[in-house]
Amino acid sequence: MRLNLLFLLLLFASCKDTGDKSASSSYDVEKKVSSGIELNIYDYQGLEPLLSTDSKMVYVVNFWATWCAPCVKELPFFEKINTEYAHRNVEVLLVSLDFPNKYDSQLKPFILDKGLKSRVVALNDPDANTWIPKVSETWSGAIPATLIFNKDKRMFYEKAFTFEELQAEVEQFLN
Amino acid sequence: MFTLKTIIASFTFFIGSVLLVPSGGYKVGDVATDFSLENIDGKRVSLADYKEAKGFIVIFTCNTCPFAVAYEDRIEALNKRYASKGYPVIAIMPNNPDVQPGDSMDAMKARAKAKGFTFPYLMDEGQKIYPQYGATKTPHVYLLQKTAKGNVVRYIGAIDDNYQDASAVKTKYVENAVDALLAGKEIQEKETRAIGCTIKV
Repeated sequence: MRLNLLFLLLLFASCKDTGDKSASSSYDVEKKVSSGIELNIYDYQGLEPLLSTDSKMVYVVNFWATWCAPCVKELPFFEKINTEYAHRNVEVLLVSLDFPNKYDSQLKPFILDKGLKSRVVALNDPDANTWIPKVSETWSGAIPATLIFNKDKRMFYEKAFTFEELQAEVEQFLN
Repeated sequence: MFTLKTIIASFTFFIGSVLLVPSGGYKVGDVATDFSLENIDGKRVSLADYKEAKGFIVIFTCNTCPFAVAYEDRIEALNKRYASKGYPVIAIMPNNPDVQPGDSMDAMKARAKAKGFTFPYLMDEGQKIYPQYGATKTPHVYLLQKTAKGNVVRYIGAIDDNYQDASAVKTKYVENAVDALLAGKEIQEKETRAIGCTIKV
């Protein structure tokens, strides 16, 4: 809920700024409605507010891409967490690193085909050296990678999960 | 209670970090191992074969990772620019081809031919070399300088600051590092982070 509100605020902020491109607003939120689904596309500054919280929620943020085999393999586990732990204030955010020219041809069809229920956004920020350490100092830059956080605690994982492993990590945030 | 929780949390985080960061792997200043790996032409290649080289641009890369593919032309350009100046590109494919068939030796040969690679493209058979370097992904660069004590690591990380678009690059990390070595100057940025695909084991 809190996140949605934040998101609306961001969207609103970005709308206000469209008249003045020179005002270097940090939010590069772009809405695309083609192929039936909306995809929010962020640069890192736009994404960053989604990577922390002061609410009671636990967020599970997974960095992935449609062409990344180990990422695709673990996606159902994130979907399962998103569904089964929703009542315990856990929410999954899937951050796609697909290339911008593949959003329409690959990413959106993938989201539809797999019927992804978790929220999916795209990160389009080619200067990875700048934002990788901001996500986590321990991230070398490989995907899949996952960040789990609530307002008190933050854990980062540069690895692929089994469902049991992911569940065990999420559970740690619920006690 | 809060303090205890914090301590436990920090400790858990600490253990987590230790487990996640590869324990092996070179840091800038370490001496890198040589190897004898099979090239796409069937011959074996070692750094020691390059008597005239001043160093090497060792790049862990592959056919199948879109981040690596996006850099193919730039890797070729690095070799064209620096091989004659004493810093050839040595590309090593670290994935297990049984897991990633698109990175088999035959696929590597086909890709190198299609792209006109002029640098050696080596298979890390048995995946023994990449863990020693500490490579975690493709692409991942290790710039080595030949010295009396061996091939010393001078730069680790990304090729440049735009994995999507070569024409939009602002900072060419590897070029700047090699240029500094050639000019006998200090490398300004010795370590960067590249986005990449996890190495398939």
